[in-house]
Amino acid sequence: MEENPDPGEERQPCSVSMDLQGDGALQVEISDAVSERDKVKFTVHTKSCLPHFSQTEFSVVRQHEEFIWLHDAYTDNEDYAGIIIPPAPPKPDFEASREKLQRLGEGDSSVTREEFAKMKQELEGEYLAIFKKTVAMHEVFLQRLAAHPTLRRDHNLYVFLEYGQDLSVRGKNKKELFGGFIRNIVKSADEALITGVSGLKEVDEFFEHERTFLLEYHTRIRDACLRVDRVMRSHKCLAEDYIPVSAALSSLGTQEVHQLKTSFLKLAELFERLRKLEGRVASDEDLKLSDMLHYYMRDAQAAKDLLYRRLRALADYENANKALDKARMRNREVRSAETHQQLCCRRFEHLSDSARQELTDFKARRGSAFRKNLIELAELELKHAKASTLLLRNTLTALKGEP
Amino acid sequence: MAPRIESKSMSAPVIFDRSRDEIEEEANGDVFDIEIGVSDPEKVGDGMNAYMAYRVTTKTSLSMFNKNEFSVKRRFSDFLGLHSKLATKYLHVGYIVPPAPEKSIVGMTKVKVGKEDSSSTEFVEKRRAALERYLQRTVKHPTLLQDPDLRQFLESSELPRAVNTQALSGAGILRMVNKAADAVNKMTIKMNESDAWFEEKQQQFENLDQQLRKLHASVEALVCHRKELSANTAAFAKSAAMLGNSEDHTALSRALSQLAEVEEKIDQLHQEQAFADFYVFSELLSDYIRLIAAVKGVFDHRMKCWQKWDDAQITLQKKREAEAKMMLANKPDKIQQAKNEIREWEAKVQQGERDFEQISKTIRKEVGRFEKERVKDFKTVIIKYLESLVQTQQQLIKYWEAFLPEAKAIA
Repeated sequence: MEENPDPGEERQPCSVSMDLQGDGALQVEISDAVSERDKVKFTVHTKSCLPHFSQTEFSVVRQHEEFIWLHDAYTDNEDYAGIIIPPAPPKPDFEASREKLQRLGEGDSSVTREEFAKMKQELEGEYLAIFKKTVAMHEVFLQRLAAHPTLRRDHNLYVFLEYGQDLSVRGKNKKELFGGFIRNIVKSADEALITGVSGLKEVDEFFEHERTFLLEYHTRIRDACLRVDRVMRSHKCLAEDYIPVSAALSSLGTQEVHQLKTSFLKLAELFERLRKLEGRVASDEDLKLSDMLHYYMRDAQAAKDLLYRRLRALADYENANKALDKARMRNREVRSAETHQQLCCRRFEHLSDSARQELTDFKARRGSAFRKNLIELAELELKHAKASTLLLRNTLTALKGEP
Repeated sequence: MAPRIESKSMSAPVIFDRSRDEIEEEANGDVFDIEIGVSDPEKVGDGMNAYMAYRVTTKTSLSMFNKNEFSVKRRFSDFLGLHSKLATKYLHVGYIVPPAPEKSIVGMTKVKVGKEDSSSTEFVEKRRAALERYLQRTVKHPTLLQDPDLRQFLESSELPRAVNTQALSGAGILRMVNKAADAVNKMTIKMNESDAWFEEKQQQFENLDQQLRKLHASVEALVCHRKELSANTAAFAKSAAMLGNSEDHTALSRALSQLAEVEEKIDQLHQEQAFADFYVFSELLSDYIRLIAAVKGVFDHRMKCWQKWDDAQITLQKKREAEAKMMLANKPDKIQQAKNEIREWEAKVQQGERDFEQISKTIRKEVGRFEKERVKDFKTVIIKYLESLVQTQQQLIKYWEAFLPEAKAIA
């Protein structure tokens, strides 16, 4: 498995590693984003020399629902049944952050002005980080589509990228919501298929292995996501705790007797710096570990969806076989039964071939993404630990030097 | 990371026959050559009558003791008994007697009932450390060190059981002190403070108290959240291990298992740091909050002392007036009685003045000694705490440095 360094990666805080061959045919990025009251407006910027487009470089403004529309267009398309559709980006969620900012505004009179300013700073940083993340998630979605040899040729993608007006998909209407409901019921039936309850015989070892693997993997990565999020929240909590400690040390220092004054003031400063470092540790864990795990959980789900589709195709094939046997027995409509059976067979085989490639790519993609992020995580943790050690040692030297 | 006995440096042994003042003078500049350890908590008895016995070990080269190293078994109420004796003897004349650790009905019941879980082990350890610090502080006090009750506590194998420790608990003494304080406040005495030093100091201690409480509360929150972080890290380590187990990609699977191991070690690290947060930093703050309450108590005793003197002066005045009245009314036997009473109260006034001057003098010295100790204590603790933080970071570096090649090995 080769690993291509991706020059476009540096801009993104996003952790998902893509083997994106910028071959010039289609380059997509989110060049700007604006957060308004309850929605985010993304500016999607495209550079392409493909003949489908009227210009070589252009931008449109899109909102989250339009990305979902595009994603659904792909998943509903029979032609892409054998492909792992890149998972849809999650809905931008500033709710928690906004709530916290509001609560801060409502005020706690026991908090000093400096403490308040620091807490506000923390929360604003959090808001900004969430914002950057949502931009990255939406961008990665588009970039994966643009990089996939088959998916990049889709007409809906071109419309999404170029059509200047909005795609009138905002606010799912009743029909769509109902459609979504149906989709979920079908999904559960698929679950039965994939978990082997339906009794469908899987003859291919590769797919049998993949099925067992993905079922377990998806459950476990989901678990890991939940738990890493808790670790991250604890780290943030800890960083926030340093604020009142630093403030209390500071006010002690200003009032204290001469011999202890410096000690307390230095300690107050130390805790303030440690807070920032601890905050960075938390946000690095967020980006390198949490984001990555969440993304690959969604990607694993997309892979599972592929397996469902293949099993449905297998079921269709088996049914077509049975129908053909029946037709031959009765010697009625054999011709049409044969045609139908051949169609199902070809479809199933084509799907299987495509799926085999996609699943192999998935494994490679996973390997290189985890590698990149785990290396970066370790390097960042080391960086912060070394910075903390230096900071602590300097403070210790200064304090020990005091009479 | 168990709290350790602070080692004291050696100094020349104190000669037994010198006057108390001489010893105290010398002691003010010296480091004391006595080291106390409280260890080996052992449950004695069963059910609700059970109690914890602690080993109290003394290492000293001071000649006032019979041996250089000796140990005895004591229970919590023995400590409370010691404190009540010392408080009764020394508080009201202006000595800052270190308060004993608080009683805890909930904590102790769990231990009696035999709950062998981590919370009761933690409780016993917390108490053991607190008792050790209590004794260390008490023996550091040059006057208290001379006290025969203290010596008996440290040395004798059998100690008469302290009775009625309910009233004598640290909290009980504190309640007495606070009641005295309240009584003083309720009194509408406007004490003629001839010495601004006392007012200043009282204000300083009041401020210090408030600040320490604030700091203590914020450090307690830190301890709590660090414990949470530790628990969450442990849970994540497990799920990372599970993920590694089910991972298809061999090299990645290995790396995930390594990650799980790193996270498990980090969880341990967080736990140890939380211990340091607590035993080194937080407990020091809470000790000082209670010590300052004792200091405030001593100031209040001084006010009561002044009140007594003032009352004596008022009574003397009344007696003189009474005498004058008797002289006018010409009742010879009553006059003699009045003169006797005047002599009695003149003596009381003189005694009152002497007592007041003595307590003022003692408090000045005590506060000086207390502040010196406090500065030393805080400085030592701050350095120790920072060193624990450095330790943690260095371990983190070690773990991540070991992990990095594993991550790079994912092919």
